[in-house]
Amino acid sequence: MKRVQFSRPLFPYLLLIPQLSIILVFFYWPAAEAIRSSFYLEDPFGFGSTFVGLDNYRDVVTGSEYAKIARFTLLFTALVAFFSLSIALLLAVKADTVLKGAKSYRILLMWVYAIAPPVAGLMGILLFDQRLGPITHLAALFGWDLKLGVDYFDTAAAMVICSVWIQIPINFIFFLAGLQSVPRSVREAALIDNPNGLSRFFSVTFPLLAPTAFFLLIINITYALFDTFGIIDLLQKGEPGNNPMTLVYKVFIDGFRGNDLGGSSAQSVILMILVAGLTVFQFRYMERRVHYN
Amino acid sequence: MNLKPVLTASVFAFTGTAVFAEKTEIEFWHAMGGRLGEVVNEIANDFNNSQDNYALTPVFKGTYEETLTAGIAAFRAGEQPNILQVFDAGAATIIGAKGAVVPAQDLLVDNGVAFDSNDYISGVRNFYADTEGKMVGMPFNSSTPILYFNEDALNKAGVSAPKTWEEFAAVTAPALKAAGYTPLSQSHLPWIFTENFFSRHNLQFATNANGYEGAAGTEILINNDAIKAHFSAVKDWVDAGLFGYYGTGWTDNQKPFEGGEVAMWLGSSGSFGGLSKTVEFPFSATYLPYWESVTTEPTNTFIGGAALFAMEGQPAEEDKATAEFFKFLTSAETQYYWHKETGYVPITNAAYELAKSDGHYDRAPAAETGILQLTQPSGEWTKGYRMGFYVQIRDVMNREYGKILSGEKSVDDAFATIEADANKLLARFAKTQGGS
Repeated sequence: MKRVQFSRPLFPYLLLIPQLSIILVFFYWPAAEAIRSSFYLEDPFGFGSTFVGLDNYRDVVTGSEYAKIARFTLLFTALVAFFSLSIALLLAVKADTVLKGAKSYRILLMWVYAIAPPVAGLMGILLFDQRLGPITHLAALFGWDLKLGVDYFDTAAAMVICSVWIQIPINFIFFLAGLQSVPRSVREAALIDNPNGLSRFFSVTFPLLAPTAFFLLIINITYALFDTFGIIDLLQKGEPGNNPMTLVYKVFIDGFRGNDLGGSSAQSVILMILVAGLTVFQFRYMERRVHYN
Repeated sequence: MNLKPVLTASVFAFTGTAVFAEKTEIEFWHAMGGRLGEVVNEIANDFNNSQDNYALTPVFKGTYEETLTAGIAAFRAGEQPNILQVFDAGAATIIGAKGAVVPAQDLLVDNGVAFDSNDYISGVRNFYADTEGKMVGMPFNSSTPILYFNEDALNKAGVSAPKTWEEFAAVTAPALKAAGYTPLSQSHLPWIFTENFFSRHNLQFATNANGYEGAAGTEILINNDAIKAHFSAVKDWVDAGLFGYYGTGWTDNQKPFEGGEVAMWLGSSGSFGGLSKTVEFPFSATYLPYWESVTTEPTNTFIGGAALFAMEGQPAEEDKATAEFFKFLTSAETQYYWHKETGYVPITNAAYELAKSDGHYDRAPAAETGILQLTQPSGEWTKGYRMGFYVQIRDVMNREYGKILSGEKSVDDAFATIEADANKLLARFAKTQGGS
């Protein structure tokens, strides 16, 4: 690789300044603030504050619901990532083989991506409405008394369904692009060697898709952990009650709704550590199994 | 992941307001949506047209919680509005923050507006006052939980609205169920079945005089046999189909009543104006029922709703404008208009008299229910409560009540959890106030 040399040694740093300052202002500074305020109990208006050491952390992790919320977050993330990836993969494989009207199918499948998560949440509320929702009525046909906002399981189901629905298109786009980059010669060779479609898919096509799938897995986990916030907030109508929530949503509820800045900061620091750990784990252990060209 | 810069940044969006040449501009952040918001705008227009010196701009900021959070963020950024509407559960937060607000009473007196707390009806006077009885927040939209009922449904079932829970359980509910209705729903378990349960039965709700004597050492007294018996009964009613629980959402519980499926609904007296416009059957209202087994002399409920707080750190002429607006707002005419249009109770005796003499209650007897209930005999524990992090405490209650009603947890366990979690939050709040 050719090494580019700048004649003035400071010039590259100058070019980096805009980017670095954005990271500093929008990431490092808030993160440092969060760490600082996680050691204090502070009056929301900023008058009184007491240094409490690790009390906020202790109160968070010993809270009566924290373990339950953490478990739900894991389950929710796993379900959302699994379903949005597998359904998108299925759709992509099917769309890849369509010859006539392929473009229309693809556009129809990608369309949903233009819907913002809060709008998806609003549609979820309408679809799952206790009195008027079509999905509620459909569930009633099967003897399922679906009650959004009352029953823990039902609300969780609605959260997963809405989150998966909105995430399928982006996965679909990536999988489809991945499938189309599989060389025709490889496919044809595989077709001769193995007439079984399913086993051919898993032994030839899927390994070639692995880099895409790995990338999407990370994207989907991050999405389920952090970006489903708008959907959850709308489905719970801002009043969590006895409904499931994720760790990120709890940060919001305690901080923005309850004005507990210390407790909420401690939770976000815990999340920062979790995310850092998750990132290290993913790249160290999972990426080894993925083969890039 | 930190909140403060985000809060601060969000504030920038709200600070740009047009400045007119000679008028003193003041801003009023509120949480009144829908029809209520329209009435707020009408009142603001009336105020602006009533004089030439001041111009008030009302700004809708979302729910009560969102409005308080927006106000806090603005205050920390030095961009606070002149007037912030803060709801009952946020009272401890804003009153506890010494230096965030100018007490309404001081503001009025300093700006030469006559003030006498006895002008205000008794149930309203104390809730937003400090330990010495000085009014810190100016009560604005004051409501109280009352029982609305579908008159057609009650006639069909051949019953009248219940006065006590015993009557509800033994007579009203079974008859309504037999007539094909879900007898009852309610819209706010912490407010109606907890805070006002304590007030209606004159039970102590928290130590330190229900929390009014300061945040340090305040503990909630919720683990009480009377309220536990109440929730055991509610759970039985849910199981027997005598009570509909539709979650924590206010309107989710109100809609089945409006749709005629639920015969009676416990809501806010402030819901009256909206119901009059949406409901097609004849309806009326009566007092919040009480348990005869707990008390034979039920006391007044305390006010819910919200108060207006004059934020600290404004120029003197703007404070003067705020005082003038408070004066306008509490005038009998404005209060009567607000009361008539929304159903919130008139907060002054003069406004109440005006409503009576104008024949408002002859035309709509149910509109008087809220104020009559607020002016029922008071007791030692009926002037209100003051607890910090109370929004979170309400969330804990809602969570545990949800578990009781779904059968996930026993009443005893749920109340033990509420007590433990709430006391932990109260102790944490005391520390935010600089105490230990």
